[in-house]
Amino acid sequence: MNLGSTPSQTVGPFLSIGLPWTDGPAVTADEGADTVWIKGVVSDGAGEPVPDALVETWQADRDGRFDHPDDPRGAVPGFRGFGRCPTEPDGSYAIRTVLPGALPGQAPHIDVSVFARGLLQRVVTRIYFPEHAEQHRTDPVLAAVPAGRRDTLIAVPTAGGYRFDVRLQGEGETVFFDV
Amino acid sequence: MSRVSRQALRLPAYRRDPEGTHPPLDSPAYRSTALRHPKRPLVLLPQRLTEVTGPLLGPGRIGPQDNDLTRQHEDEPVGQRILVHGRLLDGDGGPVRNSLVEIWQANAAGRYRHIGDRWPAPLDPNFDGVGRTLTDDEGRYEFLTVKPGAYPWGNHDNAWRPAHIHFSVFGSAFTQRLVTQMYFPDDPLFDQDPIFNSVPDPKARERMISRFDLSRTVESWALAFEFDIVLRGREASVFEDEEDE
Repeated sequence: MNLGSTPSQTVGPFLSIGLPWTDGPAVTADEGADTVWIKGVVSDGAGEPVPDALVETWQADRDGRFDHPDDPRGAVPGFRGFGRCPTEPDGSYAIRTVLPGALPGQAPHIDVSVFARGLLQRVVTRIYFPEHAEQHRTDPVLAAVPAGRRDTLIAVPTAGGYRFDVRLQGEGETVFFDV
Repeated sequence: MSRVSRQALRLPAYRRDPEGTHPPLDSPAYRSTALRHPKRPLVLLPQRLTEVTGPLLGPGRIGPQDNDLTRQHEDEPVGQRILVHGRLLDGDGGPVRNSLVEIWQANAAGRYRHIGDRWPAPLDPNFDGVGRTLTDDEGRYEFLTVKPGAYPWGNHDNAWRPAHIHFSVFGSAFTQRLVTQMYFPDDPLFDQDPIFNSVPDPKARERMISRFDLSRTVESWALAFEFDIVLRGREASVFEDEEDE
């Protein structure tokens, strides 16, 4: 059987009445020493901040494992792995998490979905971290990205974490993936 | 080179939907896409561990009245009561079980409880327009709510959105994540709505329209609409991920 999929539609401008959760931005509840904030701004093709976007993140735990039955190495319970944060009027979002471990054959990364009015489907990107430059050289996903655009996927270190901006269009446009 | 040893991982793979199923990011009739669609081509993302897994969001997300939007306040909201039900399925027809379904919608007058909604239709003090539930073992969900009204918006002259309910579902993999809108049968506003019509395939568009369901209509109480949501299915066979970089 192959049923046709239901099409995607925009979240519209009023997504924030239905999607955010109080604890959404806290991928990890603990305040351990390895907790980091990933903060950034979502901006449009005019360089203006997008105040009605939602950023979602999905990642492995510190050891590169997922709490999921399709992880063939065995599910490791206890780490939600998922973050969700609507943008503020200035386009900013913030997710509190831990750095994921490396996955087999892949550098540590976080998958990101961005939803907003004007996006008929989510756009998908990835966050990589600058301290793993050696592993980036052999990462198969980064290898598929034109060299001159890879820096849009690398978070910038800040006090207490990282900065990762999402530019939907135009100069410095973030690399987005077809999943 | 990664310090994690290479290993062959047997992973499921999810079918990519046929061209025309989903709307293009650049959809000029819907003006808000103009500055928000990426202009560079999307890069094909292979389905590896991160993409074939996804968040498992369970009962901790749900409060007791979350699937009855008519009982979240002291009094009942104004409007036509409707039961909205259906199944969350994958493309192979299998149920997606114990999975979070979130909805949000305008009230019966077509207004959202949101500071940005300035259209001067009345707000209803007894209606928030927000619901959550989990699918059961058969993938079924249901909500009791009121039928949302149509509302005007600024996209083009005399533009009105057809009545709709926003749905957000996760499936079991990152690749299955979907936000969509449920529409109502025979809406006179379909023809002029660029969001509904952004989906190129007419058959796919019809999959966003709920079905009036007399069999679930509750006598002297509520009309019923059925809306199944289908997420992409798995490939027929799993593949061996050889990490072939």
